[in-house]
Amino acid sequence: MPKDNFVGQAVKRREDQRFITGNGRYTDDINLQGQTFAAFARSDVAAGVINSINTAKAEAMPGVVAVFTGEDFVEVGGNPAGWLVHSRDGEPMKEPKRPVLAHGKVRHVGDAYAAVIAETPEQARDAVEALEADITPVAPVLNMKEALADGSPLVHDEIETNMIYDWGWIEDNRAAVDEAFESAPHITTLELVNNRLVPNAMEPRASTGVYNPGTDEYTLYTTSQNPHVTRLLICAFVMGIPENKLTVIAPDVGGGFGSKIYHYGEEALVLAASKKLGRPVKWTCSRSESFLTDAHGRDHVTKMEIACEKDGTFLAFRTETFANMGAYLSNFSTSVPTYLHGTLMAGNYKVPLVYVNVKAVVTNTTPVDAYRGAGRPEATFQLERCIDKCARELGIDPIEIRRRNFVQPEDFPYMTPVGLEYDTGNYGATMDILEKNGDLAGFAARRAESEANGKLRGLGIASYIEACGIAPSNVAGALGARVGLYDSATVRVNATGTVSVMVGAHSHGQGHETAFPQIVADRLGIDQSLIEIVHGDTSKIPFGMGTYGSRSLAVCGSAVVNATDKIITKAKLIAAHMMEATGEEVEFEDGVFSIPGTNKNVPFGDVALKAYIPHDFPLEHIEPGLEETAFYDPANFTYPAGAYACEVEVDQETGKVEVMAFTAADDFGNVINPMIVEGQVHGGLTQGIGQALIENAVYDDSGQLLSGSYMDYTMPRADDVPMFSVDHSSITACTHNPLGVKGCGEAGAIGSPPALVNAVIDALNSGGHSVEHIDMPVTPARVWAAMQG
Amino acid sequence: MSSVSMTVNGKAVSSDVEGRTLLVDLLRGPLGLTGTHVGCDTSQCGACVVHVNGEAVKACTMFAVEADGAEVTTIEGMADGDDLHPIQEAFREHHGLQCGFCTPGMIMSAAALLKENPKPTEDEVRHYLEGNICRCTGYHNIVKAIMAASGQDVSAIAAE
Ligand code: FES
Ligand code: FES
Repeated sequence: MPKDNFVGQAVKRREDQRFITGNGRYTDDINLQGQTFAAFARSDVAAGVINSINTAKAEAMPGVVAVFTGEDFVEVGGNPAGWLVHSRDGEPMKEPKRPVLAHGKVRHVGDAYAAVIAETPEQARDAVEALEADITPVAPVLNMKEALADGSPLVHDEIETNMIYDWGWIEDNRAAVDEAFESAPHITTLELVNNRLVPNAMEPRASTGVYNPGTDEYTLYTTSQNPHVTRLLICAFVMGIPENKLTVIAPDVGGGFGSKIYHYGEEALVLAASKKLGRPVKWTCSRSESFLTDAHGRDHVTKMEIACEKDGTFLAFRTETFANMGAYLSNFSTSVPTYLHGTLMAGNYKVPLVYVNVKAVVTNTTPVDAYRGAGRPEATFQLERCIDKCARELGIDPIEIRRRNFVQPEDFPYMTPVGLEYDTGNYGATMDILEKNGDLAGFAARRAESEANGKLRGLGIASYIEACGIAPSNVAGALGARVGLYDSATVRVNATGTVSVMVGAHSHGQGHETAFPQIVADRLGIDQSLIEIVHGDTSKIPFGMGTYGSRSLAVCGSAVVNATDKIITKAKLIAAHMMEATGEEVEFEDGVFSIPGTNKNVPFGDVALKAYIPHDFPLEHIEPGLEETAFYDPANFTYPAGAYACEVEVDQETGKVEVMAFTAADDFGNVINPMIVEGQVHGGLTQGIGQALIENAVYDDSGQLLSGSYMDYTMPRADDVPMFSVDHSSITACTHNPLGVKGCGEAGAIGSPPALVNAVIDALNSGGHSVEHIDMPVTPARVWAAMQG
Repeated sequence: MSSVSMTVNGKAVSSDVEGRTLLVDLLRGPLGLTGTHVGCDTSQCGACVVHVNGEAVKACTMFAVEADGAEVTTIEGMADGDDLHPIQEAFREHHGLQCGFCTPGMIMSAAALLKENPKPTEDEVRHYLEGNICRCTGYHNIVKAIMAASGQDVSAIAAE
């Protein structure tokens, strides 16, 4: 067994050196000889018919080298939906086309209908202003329920409806659930909105396309979380380029949070333009464009009901959700409200019956897709808000009602009524840690202190479970995924004993360059500094599915382990040859191969060298070289879980909410680098607090995004959040991956919104305001209005 | 086009720029100093913060011609050879960065803060960073790193 010299240590990040000195290499930092610049003409109406686009004036502008419109792309394919969902009646979902540039109709503010390529970015932008587009605005579709009413205008005429699917999960349980509600001693009902968010990775999207006419090959530098997925989408669906002719490079990427999973039309445009011009074409998104075009997150409207006994024992859950898809189906949009949401609706609880109905609706708004947590925050928010309301109605302590219903340690593996099998967990243990670390026993005193200062103080609790490490391909495939969800690693031992590990995961803040070597170092018994990680370039790495859904360590990390173990197996053969023994006799420990019972041994470095100088190899038994690849497809999701407590103060005069303390107790299974894990939780908590407190993508009645810049879309700043108390000492190791790890990237964003809103409701009720619910974000205006009754 | 000259990270440079060229575009483009980033177009995010004549300035909010004759320091000029600036060192030590995109601006803002206020309280750090957005870290470790760089004991601040 490998020794834990590095695993479990807070190893400082090696990637930091380049970032703190200004030597990071993000897509926009790359400049190529002869490059030109693209700028896009974007719709300023939510819905409109394109009558004509006169490009003559723009073409005559200084520096302009080409102008493209939707006409130029009618022959090529479109950007597909990656997950096929079936409606309750068995019909496949509707799949409206998504072209590279809008053609015939524009469907949301920001929808690109033309692009100009020029010598400088300024010239390209100036020429966009000179385009003469005749677009007749038509009535936009904005409200989801109105969109489904008879006679509503249509976002896509070709599908003859605005409903993409009407999904039931699990449809066969529907009648039993309805029956349980009919006879239930108590029913709690809550209608709520999960507010639309703009992901806002700090690095705006950027793409540079390069075509080499000499080899007929393309290179795309782009801000992607998954370069191979992007390559596959471009090659197989959009442009029909053979995959071997396109290299996708995602260099340093400044955050993603989901928004950089997807293929966007700008990537195809710069590639097509670079071929036409024979010059590199570069595009960098402005923040204003990114507000309008990066896939948004959340935007669900839900009614949730709990049926339970008077003592709070859950009998059944029933939900109905309207999920906004925006104007087009972004690549994974259809899976978010379904298989990443409905399957989590049992939460941490032993509830026998659950039924989830989701209607996915297209509207004339920016497309919506996975954003940190993706479906699981929506599920958790409904559950944990509704459970809180239920506890209040029944006069049961909010921690007690959760404990009473938790799946117990002895119940694992536990099959939920919504199709998932939780492998392991101990929800009571994280709750114990939460109570202790958050000093919940001392809350009454803190409340009294706040009250003495004229403030209301509230305590909000939430539990969460998530399914991450996405996913077993066979399960995903059976549920409609059009891709596999394994990941890959190649471990190459160099002749001098250093090791290069090429991984399919992509690091854009997660610290893979530090954490993955910790794993390999312990297995090979060598120093971690001898190991380097290569990622983000399809010409260097094995085919991998990239980073999202908290999957890098659980899935790609497992591939790294398996590839390293193959290296050890092969190295044992070489060592055996060197020690004149057979492979079976050789043992490997702490970086040294030896024959037990003898004094024969060779260190790892000597074996590495020998692998490449095979002068005396028995070539029929041992190939030269020391390089192995593994693809790992998980047997199940992993199920991180935890309990969060938020304490807020509410100013009764203004309705302003201040987060006074936030305590998180998580079970992430085994932890490779606690420093990185804690950083991930801090970031997730802040995004969740942002959603609950201040962030909101708001459209007006004409479909204009009102919160379209940092002046109006309030991002959490340093003074909006407190120092956090985080803990990951409650460990139930994942039972089915070799590291026993789960995933930590999204947890904070999943568990924190309900904890915060529950705290606000608790504060208001403590002040005599019988408020049942306030939708997020809980702005001062909303809180104040709620206090006025 | 007009010609501008300035000292950037101790080196005299000059370049021809348009009237509308922003300082950040001069730095990132002709001068090749891509450590200074652009995260927004409304002067809100602070990814572009540099020092102009010793003051923290959002380089997206200043024309290159306005910096004519100035002393400019960017993130590339913070380390002294291989010796990192104490704030750079503290960001690494306390995991004050994840994707690294906001980091140059954060470090430049932090340096300006500590010049003004060598031992800031946690509240003062948080307040000062109002003009710098980080989407990754939740600020916990950024605040901690800056306080540590100011020589204060941060061991009481929870997990890093
Ligand atoms: S780029 Fe955002 S403030 Fe300068
Ligand atoms: S580290 Fe990514 S934005 Fe701050």
